[in-house]
Amino acid sequence: MTEETKKRFSLGPLFIPFLSVFVALAIGGILVYLQGSNPFLAYRVLFSTAFGSLDGFATTLAKATPLVLSGLAVVICLRAGLFNIGAQGQLISGALASAWAGYTFVGLPMLVHIPLALGFGAFFGAAVAMIAGALKAYRGVHEVITTIMLNSIVIALADYLASTPFKEPDQPLTRTPKIQDSARIPDIFGLPMGFFLAVFMALAFWWMLRNTTTGFRIETTGRNKNAGLYAGISVKRTIMMSMLLGGAVAGVAGAVETLSIVGRFEPAFNAGLGFDGITVALLGRANPLGVIPAAILIGGMRASGSTVQFEAGVPPEVVDLLLALILFFVTAPILARFFKRKHDGVSLTSGWGN
Amino acid sequence: MKIQNRHFIALFALIIFTFSYSQNGLVTTSVVYTAIQFALPLALAAMVGVLCERTGVVNIGIEGTMLISAFSAFFIGAIVQDTFVGLIAGVVTGVVVGLLLAVMAVTWKMDQIIAGVIINIMAAGLTSFLYSQNYSIPSTLSPIDLPIVGTWPIIGPILSFHGPITYFGIVFIIGLWFALYRTRWGLRSRAVGEHPSSADTAGVSVTKLRYLNVTIAGAVGGLAGSYLALEAVGIFERGFTAGKGFTALAIMIFGRWNPLGALAAAIFFGLAQAVTNQLMIDEVVQIPQQFINMLPYVLTILILAISAGKVRPPAAEGIPYEKEKV
Repeated sequence: MTEETKKRFSLGPLFIPFLSVFVALAIGGILVYLQGSNPFLAYRVLFSTAFGSLDGFATTLAKATPLVLSGLAVVICLRAGLFNIGAQGQLISGALASAWAGYTFVGLPMLVHIPLALGFGAFFGAAVAMIAGALKAYRGVHEVITTIMLNSIVIALADYLASTPFKEPDQPLTRTPKIQDSARIPDIFGLPMGFFLAVFMALAFWWMLRNTTTGFRIETTGRNKNAGLYAGISVKRTIMMSMLLGGAVAGVAGAVETLSIVGRFEPAFNAGLGFDGITVALLGRANPLGVIPAAILIGGMRASGSTVQFEAGVPPEVVDLLLALILFFVTAPILARFFKRKHDGVSLTSGWGN
Repeated sequence: MKIQNRHFIALFALIIFTFSYSQNGLVTTSVVYTAIQFALPLALAAMVGVLCERTGVVNIGIEGTMLISAFSAFFIGAIVQDTFVGLIAGVVTGVVVGLLLAVMAVTWKMDQIIAGVIINIMAAGLTSFLYSQNYSIPSTLSPIDLPIVGTWPIIGPILSFHGPITYFGIVFIIGLWFALYRTRWGLRSRAVGEHPSSADTAGVSVTKLRYLNVTIAGAVGGLAGSYLALEAVGIFERGFTAGKGFTALAIMIFGRWNPLGALAAAIFFGLAQAVTNQLMIDEVVQIPQQFINMLPYVLTILILAISAGKVRPPAAEGIPYEKEKV
């Protein structure tokens, strides 16, 4: 076998992610044990709830849907050498915008209303990301800080909007009115339709990165900015373009969650979806297709968090802990070094000034 | 001495203070006093950034360092029922996090931005998993009545009666400025941050110095976290550092990677918040609470947008050092 075919048939790219999940579960198990619970019971409940039954798996896919999209929002920027930590804010902006479009327009047919509401989500998600993109491209402000700050700003702004001008009247909660039935994304065969949309978008991005000029510009800028500049690529426009795409996908993530699960905008329901997107993206090795299995795994863990608390007495935050450990092992070269494999770590355009 | 922009700013601030004090001395005093309390954790956290970045390591994990240090400071202080033990635990936790960052950034040569984000996410995950209610520390660190300064008119009540971490912090920041610009360690640190291969040729160990400074920075981050948990509020909540670690990075940049510059920037931030709070209390303006909460984040973005491009970061920042192969 030649080196080339060996490389093609080996489990190489999957080895580290799988091992990371395994080691993270082992360490998480020790911490659960130290906290006074049975880790084996906890994990059995966790995985049988998430993947053990058809109903459970449908719930898992529903939870995975926004994660595929928010993971894509991070991946598309990582490809251009940008770290988009702002998927959370972009997602909330998209969720609120789609909820507004969902309850404001009355009497539209479903085939018009759903795409319209999704479009609102994409537009407002992209609008938030563009602020960070423009500051990066034209002022050289690092996107990690601006996106984090924008997260907090958007969360506060959405909270204000949902508690004052867009609030559902005559009730005390901070939430908007329910969306019209014509804006509700239906399930097909008991599976959430949004999931298929998310998978389609993952495929579309994968295709775009490989086969289009925009994809080539993004990849080249991400690999070596100076080479891109030398080849005549406008790095500024590429930065703007990838932030725009990332923000739009994150906005769609919020819109899909609103239109198929929550049915209105309610701040607490979107918490953390964007941050999980970072873990999904890095566990999926910054690959648009790798995002899908990563999102299903993490969606499953999120879906069964409350059952784990109920049946094994472990606080649902154990999922946060496991995800953090997975993230650490998948990005740090510690496992790769131990197993003497080459770790092709993700790299960004570091520093503040560029 | 050359007259510079900053002298005009200082003069302007003095005029505003004098005017405000003549209108209402009590309120002015309390606003400036509160501003110092808002500013201190930001200033200390900015020192974490200064220490790391001056030796060429980007630290975006300040937020996580503060969060997990605040966590261990509070809970160990509560379990032992001794606030001072909590303080030590917080600083030690900071050192551990600093070492972790050093291992990831220097030894493993990981992308430093990703390394910092991992620290933030791990800190959030670990603290929210281990968090539990029904704990309390015996008391917050008690304020100190400064002996002579406290009796001075006008500035006495502003400067006196802060907690021990506040005084230590201010002394530390001034000391760091001196160390960075006037000592051998400082010169070497800055050289490693600007041009590590030259420093290496001159016999400075880039790896050792980066390890040392990132670890000291971790301790300072631990102190900033402990300040929040033990001196400022005396409680711990999930995610209660609320983005201060990121605001600190903006303050560091605004202060041009200079400890005293960053201290001034932090005081500006603290004043902005304290004045807004006072206006809310006096019901001069009616702004929804959400917009008040947004203020530090909006300020951070604005300041970065204005100052980026005009300031120059350390040249070797963010780049893992590879010794040339012969």
